[in-house]
Amino acid sequence: MSVRNGAAARTAGAGEERTVFHRPAPLRAGGSRRGLLVWIAVAAAALVIVGVAGALLAPVANTSDFAQANQAPSAAHLFGTDWMGRDMFARTLAGLATSLAVGLVAAGASSVIALALAAVAALGGPAADAVVSWLIDLIMGIPHIVLLVLVSYALGRGAAGVMVGIALTHWPSLARVLRAEILQLRAQPYLACSEALGVGPVRLALTHIVPHVLPQYLVGLVLLFPHAILHEASITFLGFGLSPEQPAIGVILSEAMGYLTAGSWWLAVFPGLALLAAVLLFDRIGSAVRALVTPEEVQR
Amino acid sequence: MSRQTERAGAPVDAGVGRAGLSRVRGAWRRVPFGVRMALRFALLLAAVSFVTFALVSASPIDPVQANVGQTAYLTMSPERRAALAERWGAGTGLLERYGAWLADALRGDFGMSLRYNAPVVTVVAERLAASAVLLAAAWLISGVLGFALGVVAGVCRGSRADALICGWCYLLAATPTFWLGMLALMVFAVYLGWFPVGFAAPIGAGAEVSLATRLHHAALPALVLSLTGVANVALHTREKACEVMESDYVRFARSRGERSWSIVVRHGLRNLALPALTLECAQVSEIIGGSVLVEQVFSYPGLGQAAVTAGLGGDAPLLVGIALATAAVVFAGNLVANVLYGVIDPRMRKGAAHVGA
Repeated sequence: MSVRNGAAARTAGAGEERTVFHRPAPLRAGGSRRGLLVWIAVAAAALVIVGVAGALLAPVANTSDFAQANQAPSAAHLFGTDWMGRDMFARTLAGLATSLAVGLVAAGASSVIALALAAVAALGGPAADAVVSWLIDLIMGIPHIVLLVLVSYALGRGAAGVMVGIALTHWPSLARVLRAEILQLRAQPYLACSEALGVGPVRLALTHIVPHVLPQYLVGLVLLFPHAILHEASITFLGFGLSPEQPAIGVILSEAMGYLTAGSWWLAVFPGLALLAAVLLFDRIGSAVRALVTPEEVQR
Repeated sequence: MSRQTERAGAPVDAGVGRAGLSRVRGAWRRVPFGVRMALRFALLLAAVSFVTFALVSASPIDPVQANVGQTAYLTMSPERRAALAERWGAGTGLLERYGAWLADALRGDFGMSLRYNAPVVTVVAERLAASAVLLAAAWLISGVLGFALGVVAGVCRGSRADALICGWCYLLAATPTFWLGMLALMVFAVYLGWFPVGFAAPIGAGAEVSLATRLHHAALPALVLSLTGVANVALHTREKACEVMESDYVRFARSRGERSWSIVVRHGLRNLALPALTLECAQVSEIIGGSVLVEQVFSYPGLGQAAVTAGLGGDAPLLVGIALATAAVVFAGNLVANVLYGVIDPRMRKGAAHVGA
């Protein structure tokens, strides 16, 4: 019974989320745990391959060959070439690798902020709770993109600006979930017992609470990636993120903007599709991991 | 769990042994709703203005250099540079400048936009008016379409329509807004030629542009923008619809012989409307964020485009003004959601107070 209640509370908490990624659908195909594991392994391998291939292809991505400029997709150039004759396939892969790296760092940092603030809110007493809640409201009160523009401006643009911006703006939803989770834990007798035995709050958090919410945390972390990647691409597209010399999906797409009316459709279509695929893969991995750590979802 | 939080229907807030906090909350609840909201609003705006102000001040981008231009800056005499730096308050401390800005802002003077060479209030008002069509249309369409799709998917759970709608929503949620805009631009404006390629009015046309032309220019960006919100509302509504269709009262209605759709219309919609409405109002923030990207793709002269121009051009006063304006709109969205709760759900009318929690 208590398990069902826990699930219900989680659903209620998640009802306040604004984003789809935090409410993945129950997996229809391959409901077995082994099936899920295979899914995760395949998807993760695909992402690793993209990352490695992209890093290796970075030199190719920057070689221009004006004899080969503006070519439509063909066997030699799968995704075509741009106006400088650069191979779009190599550029797309290199761009994806950059986006994945930025997304990984930013989402990781953001999730650590979420965990720390959730622990402070749930364990630090009413005043700390009120402060954290208010911080969450504040961050949620400004549209993400506007806040990202501001942070990027504050840090003088560039890759650091994007990473810090994403890390600072993406923690609230995960922090809310974790806070609710920790509050439920708080009522457990073994915590009262430890407290009575004189265990301090920091040690209590590290030894008894963090291990307990680790599954939720990991799921939240994986589900942060797609957001981080999408926002990185968006903010780079606007001109605030990575510098134009770096092959990033946002840079490629903002360059493609100038060629839309010229009919070079491949400049925009393929890099966008690649980004879409990467985001979907991360989302699926997140759903699968969530299904693995929450038994109720598997049994559905 | 205290009674107060229980009535608020927020199990998340259930503190353990927090008598002090609940007493404070109780007192807070006795303050009239309007006053409470006004206080929260003022606090939010103060915080947003300070945070944006601090961020903008921390920027290594030199306002003098950014706004005078490279060549002019190099040919300028050192005295003139110093004078300009003083005019833009480059040497003074953060708190001092914030204090001065706040004193002006309270009198309604938010400074001058450096890029547009006009008072920030005027620029923001003009741009917001241009964006309003876009935002309102996108907000309405995404709400209605998302709700309808969600109800259909939830009621016909497990059917092909359900799978199709869910798949479409997942795809949509993973699609970058600006890329969708680019695709729409390529297909409908460049290839098919149904819509103009950009801007709010034909280039060179003065103020006397007909309403039809304006709508024609706003249609494509508004449609793209509305698509971004559909997935969120649809998926959550579907979840809720599944829950409702499994409830006792629906089973009872069925046993009385009511048909599915009459059950949905008579018993389901009100229950479904509440979460959808919350989401829809919380979505205001997402839609404004999306509008920044969409306006950039379609060269639509709205608030979003002004934000990008201000950010790239180092127009600090305008950035602060835009952050404040968007925060106010988002707050208004949440406020509307809270008020509408009471209108739709009679159970909450008495406890409209929970809103402030």
